[in-house]
Amino acid sequence: MKTLLQLFAAFARVGVMTFGGGYAMIPILEREIVDRHGWATSEELMDYYAVGQCTPGVIAVNTATFVGYSVAGVPGGIMATLGVVFPSVVIITVIAGILTNFADLPSVKSAFAAIRVCVCVLIFNAVMKLWKKAVPDKATLVLFLLVFLLSVFLDLSPIVFVVLCAVAGIVLTRMGVRGK
Amino acid sequence: MMLYLRLFWEFFKTGLFAVGGGMATLPFLYDMSAKTGWFSPAQLADMIAVSESTPGPIGVNMATYVGFSTAGIPGAVLATLGLVTPSVIIILLIARVLHAFRQNRYVDAAFYGLRPCSVGLIAAAGLLVVRIALFDVELFHSTGAFLDLLRPKALLLAALLLVLTNAVKATKKLHPIVFILASAVLGVLLSF
Repeated sequence: MKTLLQLFAAFARVGVMTFGGGYAMIPILEREIVDRHGWATSEELMDYYAVGQCTPGVIAVNTATFVGYSVAGVPGGIMATLGVVFPSVVIITVIAGILTNFADLPSVKSAFAAIRVCVCVLIFNAVMKLWKKAVPDKATLVLFLLVFLLSVFLDLSPIVFVVLCAVAGIVLTRMGVRGK
Repeated sequence: MMLYLRLFWEFFKTGLFAVGGGMATLPFLYDMSAKTGWFSPAQLADMIAVSESTPGPIGVNMATYVGFSTAGIPGAVLATLGLVTPSVIIILLIARVLHAFRQNRYVDAAFYGLRPCSVGLIAAAGLLVVRIALFDVELFHSTGAFLDLLRPKALLLAALLLVLTNAVKATKKLHPIVFILASAVLGVLLSF
């Protein structure tokens, strides 16, 4: 029971200290998981993080489930996950509650009109960063363009693209076009 | 009650199919906005900004925000639980066979196709934000004048932010929250 509470608390701290997720999370994970509690070695943590990246869902959540499970089985996985999302639920609910009351003020509207511009740039930068790893050859460039254009012009669920592209990845690899 | 179940289910699907981290949930949220009408694309852009500027993984923050704005506090909790449930199930299954999973050539091959897919979907979702933030499509439709299509202040700000986040050494490593807050201040001062 004590370990479960420790897992919840440790991952709640990770959740509070992670802004945006992704790589920013690694040093914080190191400190909580490796240095403070000794639940995993740095190498194990990198493995968990790597698998967390290539399974569906939010990477922080996947990593939390993984560490929690390896420390205390299924209950551990669940407690660590609840811990990592707990701060988000509290903080966002408070902020959303406040913002809803002020959303109609002209200055709040102006602020968000400009913030949206910033969001465009941040998404663009995120795409450029992911691009380097995701599009290493001609076949992946074609996949990228197909998905981009079809999802702009057709009203299809992203699920369709995800399923088809997983299949395409396997077929293309078997055809031996990878890396060309 | 139906709304709660639906929220959980929509986010369960997002958690199951969004591959590649928090931003990968974005295309699913735009799809949700179009299909359910729970929130508008403009509201979603604001939620992204808030989610990037507050502690916590961005994917989780967005789920909580959408859930809260759709169905209050129970909505926030259910949307978040919906998002993480598939992760928990999948990771618990994989944890037993971690080594075999990482080395499996089918898994590797599937991800070879999934990565460009994820980037393509995020780029297309980004285009929706661009349409709202940088262009005024409604004004253009009512006047027909091409110049009315552009939002000059927004385009200038976008150009400035692009340079600051990519080309200027002193600023490009700064946390996104800095740029979001600076944009908010400029937006109020220049009445965007």
